[in-house]
Amino acid sequence: MKKRILKLLVFSFIPVLVFGQIQEDPRKARTAKFALTNAKIYTVTNGIIENGTIVINNGIIEAVGADVAIPNDAEVINYEGREIYPGMIDSGTQLGLAEIGSIDEANDFREFGDITPQMEALTAVNPNSEAIPVTRVSGVTTALTMPRGGVLPGTAATINLFGYTPDQMFAGSKGIVMTYPTAQRRWRQTQEQADRAKERALETVNDAWDKAEVYTSIKNSPDARYYPEMQALSEVIEGNMTLYIEVNTAPDILSAIEWVEERGYENVVFTGVAEGWRVAEQIAESGIPVIAGPVLSTPTRQSDAYDAAYMNPGVMQKAGVKVALRSGDTENSRNLPYNAGFAATYGMGREEALKAITINAAEIMGIGDQIGSIEVGKKANLFVSTGDPFETSTQIVDVYIDGYLIPMRSRQTDLYDEFLNRTPGLNKTEVITDM
Amino acid sequence: MKRKILSIFILLVAFGITTATAQTGDVLIKNGTVITITDGTLENTDVLVRDGKISRIGKNLNAPRGVEEIDATGKFVMPGIIDAHSHIAGTSINEGTSQVTAEVSMEDVVDPMDVSIYRALAGGVTSIHLMHGSANVIGGQNETLKLRYGSTNPDDLRFEGAPRTIKFALGENPTRGGRARGIQPQSRMGVEAMIRNSLNDALMYKKAWDEYRSQRNDRKTPPEYDLRMETLVDILEGEILVHCHSYRADEIYMLMKVFNDFGIEKLTFQHANEAYKVAPELAEFGAYASIFSDWWAYKLEVYYSTAYNAAILTKNGVNTSINSDSGELIRHLYHEAAKSQKYGQLSDNDALALITINPAIQLGIDDRVGSIEEGKDADLAIYEGHPLSVYTVPLMTFVDGVKYFDRATDAKDQRLYIDPESNIQDIQILDAHDHHLCMKDAEVMDFNSLFNNK
Repeated sequence: MKKRILKLLVFSFIPVLVFGQIQEDPRKARTAKFALTNAKIYTVTNGIIENGTIVINNGIIEAVGADVAIPNDAEVINYEGREIYPGMIDSGTQLGLAEIGSIDEANDFREFGDITPQMEALTAVNPNSEAIPVTRVSGVTTALTMPRGGVLPGTAATINLFGYTPDQMFAGSKGIVMTYPTAQRRWRQTQEQADRAKERALETVNDAWDKAEVYTSIKNSPDARYYPEMQALSEVIEGNMTLYIEVNTAPDILSAIEWVEERGYENVVFTGVAEGWRVAEQIAESGIPVIAGPVLSTPTRQSDAYDAAYMNPGVMQKAGVKVALRSGDTENSRNLPYNAGFAATYGMGREEALKAITINAAEIMGIGDQIGSIEVGKKANLFVSTGDPFETSTQIVDVYIDGYLIPMRSRQTDLYDEFLNRTPGLNKTEVITDM
Repeated sequence: MKRKILSIFILLVAFGITTATAQTGDVLIKNGTVITITDGTLENTDVLVRDGKISRIGKNLNAPRGVEEIDATGKFVMPGIIDAHSHIAGTSINEGTSQVTAEVSMEDVVDPMDVSIYRALAGGVTSIHLMHGSANVIGGQNETLKLRYGSTNPDDLRFEGAPRTIKFALGENPTRGGRARGIQPQSRMGVEAMIRNSLNDALMYKKAWDEYRSQRNDRKTPPEYDLRMETLVDILEGEILVHCHSYRADEIYMLMKVFNDFGIEKLTFQHANEAYKVAPELAEFGAYASIFSDWWAYKLEVYYSTAYNAAILTKNGVNTSINSDSGELIRHLYHEAAKSQKYGQLSDNDALALITINPAIQLGIDDRVGSIEEGKDADLAIYEGHPLSVYTVPLMTFVDGVKYFDRATDAKDQRLYIDPESNIQDIQILDAHDHHLCMKDAEVMDFNSLFNNK
């Protein structure tokens, strides 16, 4: 009799379970009015809330705090024992632009020509790139994706790592990328030759910007011809767009500071900045913020201390430079928290390192009012973890992007699920004798 | 007469310089948390090192007279990390003139002064497997080294007594080479054929020599001596361990079948990004896997990778190690091992085994290194904070009881002679992908354009 009741119970539950699965397709993100409760909330800009609630409505953080009234129509998700952080921002990747490294056809971040600032990264972002879910389930919700190659390779875009079109992913910030001419010696080059090569390259750069300045002054006249390269640069000249200057060696950084001051452009950011620690005071004085990284990198010179790259962000931050961090990677942008972790360990400290991959990054890109911290009115880009996200063993539990609860799966987790206990195992035709 | 004595003296000095003289040291590491790997983790424990060997592990040990004592209170003592796939300290990596170059050896190209050695020591690494590249199907022999930095003699770095190993390579790298030169192999079919043909050639070679040696006939001419064939015969006889560059599950499976046919048992798959797909087969064969923690997507054959590879393999009973193949990653292999906790939640001990005892087993040196046990070599590293934490800092590294790295005395400028005016050094800015060294030097094959990706 008891058994029969048990059977009855089991059978009456099965349809419910099946129905539940149809309701929530595990492959799809979903959005609702969410109330995330009982979590330790790292707001980044307003301290830590030990036991707080976040209300998300229509993709925006509607309320956050310790004593938040939970709306009646909200779906409550209890995150007791969990921590919530703003989504991490990787300030330098080719996410969406590069799929498989060695195959040219699978890479769209390099256009023909040296001066192609009008080439739009956002156009070539593949929203369905395999690297995107792989990255976001690790808590990185936003990335600056950049063209690479020539002197002015194109226009970078900040994207949120969820959406089915580039526009659904666009996070509201674009910037022109420039590779600063380097005086770095190449093989068998003398320093004089390297300097001359740099001068020549700088002439090319200055020529382009000189023309762009002229263009800017006449572009609104009725007879002005449309000139896409110049139009792109004029956005920087008029202060509408950020200029990301990739510059790494100490002498080049000093030269670039001078260049920026002479040109008088406003929204300039240095990227890379591998030898920033050598000239940290000068960078601080210039007021130019930096996107540094990768932190997990070898020293630039044979003679440098082994930990020079680990120390670099901390040295600059302590000198007063505003620092964001980048992984400098694409498929392994998920290692951003570990780049921050090493920077934290080697001088930067945990709090500043966390800022470097959240609010600092957002502010440097000019979207600090929209993302980068957990504040009312900001986009609901955040993640829930079992603990400190820099700590390697920490698990990311849930990720929200633009208020969407993202499926916590990628091809890499799917492969784990499929192959951990493969079926069939060694023998395909094993006779099953036992339940 | 005096002159003769002088010249003998000079000769002796010169001999002393050129002969390998591996130093050994004595030290007592007090009161640390000792992660033995093979026998649990011991709190507040001392490790006494005599003459380069771990002589005692216990509590309240006293330092014998003249033995330096290091206070490791609150710190972690770990076996030195072993990198089963490295190309640092090698002046050249690929001998690409033929698709089979078993006769060459990395022991001839060891650069003891590569600063990467010091940087690896600064990450707690004490031994590396200096590997030949992956440009050809059967590459050269590798060399297992101890990171005895500071010597100018390459022989001082040799891991004396370590078994010989050789590099094989499957998949895209050797087939790209074949395609570029219009020869076999240009497909994974050709790779298998080339291995089978080479091993069959070796069997014929051995047969010819065995026949010659069995006949006590002075007038018979011996077969031609061929170092390449000699090496392949040594593989067949189990004297050389095979470490095979591979990525895809099908090619991994293929080589196990080939080796089954030829009776070769000792096999480690290097990289092996898809090893997880054939984990039961690897466990059945007894083959090992030495993998990246999370590298993928840099070429087609690593597109279907998962960072859970180490966890799947470990949980399926496959001996697995995590390697660097990079002068950058080698500096934080403890962190790479920790990723097996993010991806698959391995235990602390299983995670640390990936960079200690497991690679030691794969290189056949586990009787000497890879764990903290009495009688083993004193290759040790001391960490501030648990070595699997991102906040850990490697403090000291010992090889044979000799301290080769100490963060407290680490020089900010590594130049021997500092000229503040000089700026003759090259500044290298590497991006995340520039560290992959397997195809280094492959351009000597004159198909530069095909390798311009990396």
